[in-house]
Amino acid sequence: MKHRKLVVTLLFAASAAIVLASWAQRNGIDTANLMRFATAAEGPRVIEIKAKKFQFTPSEITLKKGEPVILRLTSEDRTHGFLLKPFKIDSDIIPGHATDIAVTPPATGQYIVICDHYCGTGHGNMKMKLTVVE
Amino acid sequence: MENKIDRRSFLRIAGSSLSIGALYSVFAPLARGAEGEVLTRTMAALNGEPPAPFSFIQLSDTHVGFNGPPDPLGTRAFEGAVAAINKLKRRPELVIVTGDLTHDADSPDEHARRYKLFKQIAGKINAAQIKVVPGENDAALDNGDMFREFMGPLHYSFDHRGVHFIALDNVSRGRPEVGAEQLAWMKADLARFSKTAPIIVFTHRPLFDLKPEWEWFTSDGDAVMNALAPYENVTVLYGHIHRENFHQQGGTKLYAARSLIFAFPDPATPGVRKPLPFDKAQPFKNLGLRFVKGQRAGRDLRIEDVELTMNEYSGTVGMDQMLKHGTSDTIEE
Repeated sequence: MKHRKLVVTLLFAASAAIVLASWAQRNGIDTANLMRFATAAEGPRVIEIKAKKFQFTPSEITLKKGEPVILRLTSEDRTHGFLLKPFKIDSDIIPGHATDIAVTPPATGQYIVICDHYCGTGHGNMKMKLTVVE
Repeated sequence: MENKIDRRSFLRIAGSSLSIGALYSVFAPLARGAEGEVLTRTMAALNGEPPAPFSFIQLSDTHVGFNGPPDPLGTRAFEGAVAAINKLKRRPELVIVTGDLTHDADSPDEHARRYKLFKQIAGKINAAQIKVVPGENDAALDNGDMFREFMGPLHYSFDHRGVHFIALDNVSRGRPEVGAEQLAWMKADLARFSKTAPIIVFTHRPLFDLKPEWEWFTSDGDAVMNALAPYENVTVLYGHIHRENFHQQGGTKLYAARSLIFAFPDPATPGVRKPLPFDKAQPFKNLGLRFVKGQRAGRDLRIEDVELTMNEYSGTVGMDQMLKHGTSDTIEE
């Protein structure tokens, strides 16, 4: 009985999707954009970055040009910095709470993020790579 | 009379490489002759005291306590610099040290020991005054508490022979910044002076975006430079980058000095910042001193590059003996 209900539900969902897609096509609506709109309504992608002496984790991230994302920064030990000068981002990362930074990469390329809050003798090596692709 | 006088030529700062730091000669180049006397009187009336010729030395980034790759020489270059200063024919009236006097240490006791060693070596300098500012290794982890205890205030100003010196701290807040409070202090300090007053600012980090991805900048450096901009005779001396550099912003000239520990590469070098490798054959290579003197009433500059030689370590002493005290320690800045 349960199995039959599931099949009926899936058939209904598939039919509704076909009808919706057909309606969108007749009215000149780009379904790809429709999907993007639906995704955007859920909010930008969140990328978690952890800082501790003397490294960022992950040490490398890739973003898409023009895609809004949230960089969620946390520290596992002490105050660190997060400097991405080409994007005018310069923030402290304070232990105990997350720091959210909204960024929409304006241009493709490779960038270096550094910790610019002195954190000890290995501070100069604390960096991560950020790549922006099309 | 004023039309005949180039006020900007009144203060000449020069440097030549003696491999130990930077020796600056400050001139009142027009002080000779009738026109110069008028100018001197004018400047005295405007600024309170007429600038007079004197020399001073800038040392930087001694990193006392650092002893390992890329430089296994410890304090040898610093001690060599002190010896070279003490051999100068004219005793300098003033020595300034632009930060990172000590190398950071995890243990406060060890860091305190390094401060004591810095003071012990610097105490041998035959100069009337030694003035210092902190580097991030000295003051960034404890907001400058230990620096205050051993060396004194983090920022201050003083006058010397008609030149106004401002010691600026852009490290003790942890971040590369001066901060609103210190900036307000500096503006109030400057307000006492005429726009023609000779001013020398000394600090640790560059006050402009030399290479932010190598942390060679000060985040509120623009605000500092804007506050200095109305003044006609401003020179900024700094360290941190472990190499010579010259930059001009408006009428303000900014000079970086070599370090006394190891050198960093040219900021035009792509990629990550790595210290230049130690060269056993030339252990003091790139650890330099700049020595410049004004000529012909300060209109021209004579620049001498003098390489610190290894003579004192040759023969029976030898390089191997020189290196033997080195212990392992890792650091990159």
